[in-house]
Amino acid sequence: MQIYVCVKHVPDSAAHIHIVGRNGIDETVAFLLNPFDEHALTEAERIRQSLPGSEIVAVCLGKEDAEKTLRSSLAMGADRGLLIASDQRYDSIETARILKSAIEQDGTPDLILTGKESIDAEGMQTMFRIGALFDFPVVNNVVKLDIADGKAVVDTDLSSGIVDTYELSLPCVIGAGKGLNTPRYPTFPDVVKSKKKPVKTIRLDGLQLDTAPAASRMTLVELAPLKQKREPKEIIGDPGAVAREMVRILKQEAKVI
Amino acid sequence: MKNIGVIIETDKGKIKEACFGMITLARAKGARLFAVVLDQDGEGPNLKSDLKSGLNPDMKADLEAFGITKIIAVSFSPGRNKNPVVRAKAVIEAISAHDLDTVFALSTARGKDLLPRIAALAGAPLVMDCFDVDFEKNQVKTSQYSGKTIAVIELSGKVSVVGIRPNAVEPCRAETTALADLLFLDASDMLSRNLQVVKAGEADRSAAVSLAEAEVIVSGGRGMKNKENFSLIAQCAERLNAAVGASRVAVDSGWVPYSMQVGQTGEKVSPRVYIAWGISGSIQHFAGMKTSGMVIAVNTDENAAIMSNCDYYVKADVLDILPELINVLDNG
Repeated sequence: MQIYVCVKHVPDSAAHIHIVGRNGIDETVAFLLNPFDEHALTEAERIRQSLPGSEIVAVCLGKEDAEKTLRSSLAMGADRGLLIASDQRYDSIETARILKSAIEQDGTPDLILTGKESIDAEGMQTMFRIGALFDFPVVNNVVKLDIADGKAVVDTDLSSGIVDTYELSLPCVIGAGKGLNTPRYPTFPDVVKSKKKPVKTIRLDGLQLDTAPAASRMTLVELAPLKQKREPKEIIGDPGAVAREMVRILKQEAKVI
Repeated sequence: MKNIGVIIETDKGKIKEACFGMITLARAKGARLFAVVLDQDGEGPNLKSDLKSGLNPDMKADLEAFGITKIIAVSFSPGRNKNPVVRAKAVIEAISAHDLDTVFALSTARGKDLLPRIAALAGAPLVMDCFDVDFEKNQVKTSQYSGKTIAVIELSGKVSVVGIRPNAVEPCRAETTALADLLFLDASDMLSRNLQVVKAGEADRSAAVSLAEAEVIVSGGRGMKNKENFSLIAQCAERLNAAVGASRVAVDSGWVPYSMQVGQTGEKVSPRVYIAWGISGSIQHFAGMKTSGMVIAVNTDENAAIMSNCDYYVKADVLDILPELINVLDNG
């Protein structure tokens, strides 16, 4: 089975985001593999164990530095990496077009995996757009995946643990949710091995892209820090008094009871 | 004139409260407001019979009170309304049949599935989890970088698809209302070729309130100490009609399932009130709840990050306060 895992190079979740200019961020903070993509890679590795001979290709659209994220992906089990190197920012529509073109140029996918969302742009849609371009079925936030007899049976989490079960024909696109698996973090030998695995860097002009501008687009006009104006007030007293004051606040101020 | 379609989510046959806030936000000057009713869950209105009676009258009156003037009631072949691809195709049909230039739906779990399907199939721009909309500029506001920043995004295209954060806007009835026209859309011949529903999840669980939509969230962390104590969180939540949340520590310790995790790699929530019991408030936890209305924190450690970034704090052991709160809620 030919498995492609789309990964994204994102700022570390613990990083402070400093806004630069009108809509940029200070990119000197640490960037790493998008946390949800770890679940996608772990699942790809699990599938390969049941279907020997499968190949896992990690694909990333990002700046040159994103090679680090591809190396992390290789340490988590991917066989090779494909970096579409560009310093530009792309919306989900363009990103899907570029990823589709890169995958198509590389091989014939049986399965495309992504994380359920990226923790930077939080667009929650690229997997659906990739699916639409390929005309493959898509399910996001998948928490259980079984592949057999040319189809995928998946559970998707609809909130608070309620799941729908779908059957998809292959090839398909799967967005990995947190409940899908527990990421297997690389051991030192995995990291050493990952350095020897191939990463191919391609440029946009090396892809067969439709040069006509997309009819639709999303443009990031402005970024601003979220201002927190909370002024903490202490509730004091014995437990009974504190509990009564909390109820009063919930009733009179928040008006939720 | 703008034609704005608002996709209505129902729960047990009633319109979800958060929909009215979304309709309030959609009420742009001079816009024509359409409600798109997809018969959201099995417990919802039976559109086949309602086609004759003219939709559930309460539902119609509620939509009218908030300024809806056209109601598009979609009817599916039996069982097919559960198929997300069929649902998306039905909305796309509604867009073209009624010249909708904007489509709104809640950024709930259902909306997070439906909206990107619509946008991808229609090649339309989409921004999820928006809390403000500027119709003149066709710009929306949402969070990026895990709630650390607010992004203004401009949508360009024939149709704009917008996910609205539940509880982002206070519901407000329309000043002028009119009887809404009922428009029927027959989606009975719509199919999904390559995705079939094997089993649809239970829509009518009695207890659990969904985190993404909850008005109040009662959330527990390390300070709960063990699984048994965590059941106090559920008892408190039940009395407040609240959803139960948890920090990563509580999830990783196996006290609660991962689906209850609030934070960067859990659920992003914006309830009107978030009560944090024994949660220190890591940057990743804040990423999931910082857009909440009021934040109340109880923690023994007054230096915990959450104590300086909340509205009310109590410096105490959660196990002293929580049983007392349950007691006061029960007995006044």
